[in-house]
Amino acid sequence: MAKKKTPPRSEPSFGETDAPTRASLLHSMLLQRRFEERCAEAYALGRIGGFCHLYIGQEACGTGAISLLRDDDYVITTYRDHGQALARGLTPRAVMSELFGRSDGCSRGKGGSMHLFDRNTNFLGGHGIVGGHVPIATGVGFAIKYRGTDQVILCFMGESVVNTGAFHEALNMAALWKLPVVYIIENNRYGMGTALERASAIHDIYQRGAAYDMPRAQVDGQDVLMVRAAVAEAIHRARTQSIPTLLEVRTYRFMGHSMSDAVSGTYRTKQELEEYMKRDPIHVLRAHMEERGEIDDAGMTALDEEIKAVVQDAWDFAEASPEPALESLWEDVMVETTT
Amino acid sequence: MSVITYRDALNQALREEMQRDDRVFLMGEEVAVYQGAYKVSKGLLQEFGEMRVVDTPITELGFAGVGVGAAMVGLRPVIEFMTWNFALLAIDQVVNAAAKMLYMSGGQYPMPMVFRGPNGAALQLAAQHSQAWESWLAHIPGLKVITPATPYDAKGMLKAAIRDDNPVVVLEGEMLYNTKGEVPDGDYIVPIGKAEVKREGEHCTLVAHGKTVLMALQVADALEKEGIRVEVVDLRTIRPMDVETIAASVRKTNRAVVLEEGWEVCGVGAQVVDYVQRHCFDHLDAPILRVHQEDVPMPYAKNLERTAKPDVAKTIAAIRQVMYLPTA
Ligand SMILES: Cc1ncc(C[n+]2csc(CCOP(=O)(O)OP(=O)(O)O)c2C)c(N)n1
Ligand SMILES: [Mg+2]
Repeated sequence: MAKKKTPPRSEPSFGETDAPTRASLLHSMLLQRRFEERCAEAYALGRIGGFCHLYIGQEACGTGAISLLRDDDYVITTYRDHGQALARGLTPRAVMSELFGRSDGCSRGKGGSMHLFDRNTNFLGGHGIVGGHVPIATGVGFAIKYRGTDQVILCFMGESVVNTGAFHEALNMAALWKLPVVYIIENNRYGMGTALERASAIHDIYQRGAAYDMPRAQVDGQDVLMVRAAVAEAIHRARTQSIPTLLEVRTYRFMGHSMSDAVSGTYRTKQELEEYMKRDPIHVLRAHMEERGEIDDAGMTALDEEIKAVVQDAWDFAEASPEPALESLWEDVMVETTT
Repeated sequence: MSVITYRDALNQALREEMQRDDRVFLMGEEVAVYQGAYKVSKGLLQEFGEMRVVDTPITELGFAGVGVGAAMVGLRPVIEFMTWNFALLAIDQVVNAAAKMLYMSGGQYPMPMVFRGPNGAALQLAAQHSQAWESWLAHIPGLKVITPATPYDAKGMLKAAIRDDNPVVVLEGEMLYNTKGEVPDGDYIVPIGKAEVKREGEHCTLVAHGKTVLMALQVADALEKEGIRVEVVDLRTIRPMDVETIAASVRKTNRAVVLEEGWEVCGVGAQVVDYVQRHCFDHLDAPILRVHQEDVPMPYAKNLERTAKPDVAKTIAAIRQVMYLPTA
């Protein structure tokens, strides 16, 4: 698909932000938060079914990273994909409709929460098999190099992914062939009920990059400005030199693994959760902005009201969207070959 | 006898076999501290300790291979896959190692191990998490494949699987874990390779396995009201398949429908049809029909998912058709 190229935003200064950028980061993160709070409600009401993994607490990771992309760049991620989809510009209507299993959903109601896709924004999907999408990201990097463009792909994953064989194979090839991929590990410290320390022999997992001689860094994932700085540097390296990077973004999930799992319990304590919740990424950014006099209580309230209305509109739209036509069950299994 | 869930029946089987034989250990994702993703291994870590109830990283290929290695040198691993969808990552170890080690080594290395976990669709989990793999696995010489449908069979067959000196694939069902039934408190075995007539009838044989057995019994109940008596044959084991029990039923009813969760092409039902036509050719009064998932990946939307899955109504329609009755 031909894509217009927009000029890179802020890259040479590695993620330095100006006031309008900070405002738009805040808008995006708050939208994700309010959107997912309503997802939890919709799940309880049975409007959303199956597995539904919320991003609440981790918004700074996806938002900071994706805010640096051009329209023609790519994003690929896991089943925990609502926040990144919204950050990438999928409409709240299209995402909510997908979660409701309706025909106006971004995957026409066939994918659901774990499989948001959108060709228009080069959003290459939420993927459900842990580790499975990492080689796919490497493949996209390969195609970019093959075609000789200066696009990049961001590949998001949870920290459990680093223990899979697919991760190792994919990163080795990316480093070996110098592919423009930025691998972003969202280290929220747990894979379901398993703490990182119980699953990985090394605990500073960005150091896995050493095995592939890949540039690597550890980043504070609760501060969207820090995320931006680190990802901007990685994107610059990918775009200008076709060198991959491995980033470990340290974050925390404020909710259960999925809507069917307990928030705390056998694997983490309530105190630990409360401790981490003090560094809510939205509060951290708001504090940065307050310091600079860019937002006050009234401004925050107004923004919140505006966003809540957008989310309500998405809900209403999704509810009114028709169920997929039954004939569509048999569509999309394969395409007609035209050559 | 106590009335317990399928989940607890499996838990009892694991517990009793681990008490009985200290070479038996359980390994998989979230089996220990978290007490099992579906709580099948509840309490086992506390009773047997972390050498025998082992949490793994998300490394299906890796820990399936660890199980193979341990079995080669004398342990009796039970490898749990959180679901069989994820076992696809481990299929190399299941197929290329466990299933053929004995043969490749000219009989020197038996593989006394179990691969188990939930198989098939639950609700609205979409394409990557809603798959039934029995026909794939049953294709492989060197494996036994079992699909217990009731708590009674779950306990007795898992115990048989753990005691078997061959690799046994145990396909459970997420939707079965909460179902209840009578289960003996102590030790008993339900042999692998034996089907069971779960409901007697003389008008049509309905062959099912795993979760679809419950659906088949509902079908039998519904048709009973119209005076149609359906004989429900629960395969229980897909490989080796109990051809004799199936054939005996078809010789009695002269008609058959095969119901399964998986896809049509090269499915379990195709194998059943092949056996029946070879063994009961002269007894058949109608072509055998099959009921299965529509030939598409599983969609997320409720209405599409409902249409994609086999159900009671589709099965009743098939039975009416083989009986040359007008379909309602
Ligand atoms: C291959 C595979 N094994 C197991 C699962 C089940 N599962 C889904 S998410 C998950 C934990 C993943 O944790 P992590 O990578 O840290 O991501 P997070 O959920 O924390 O975002 C597991 C075990 C799966 N989807 N795929
Ligand atoms: Mg995690």
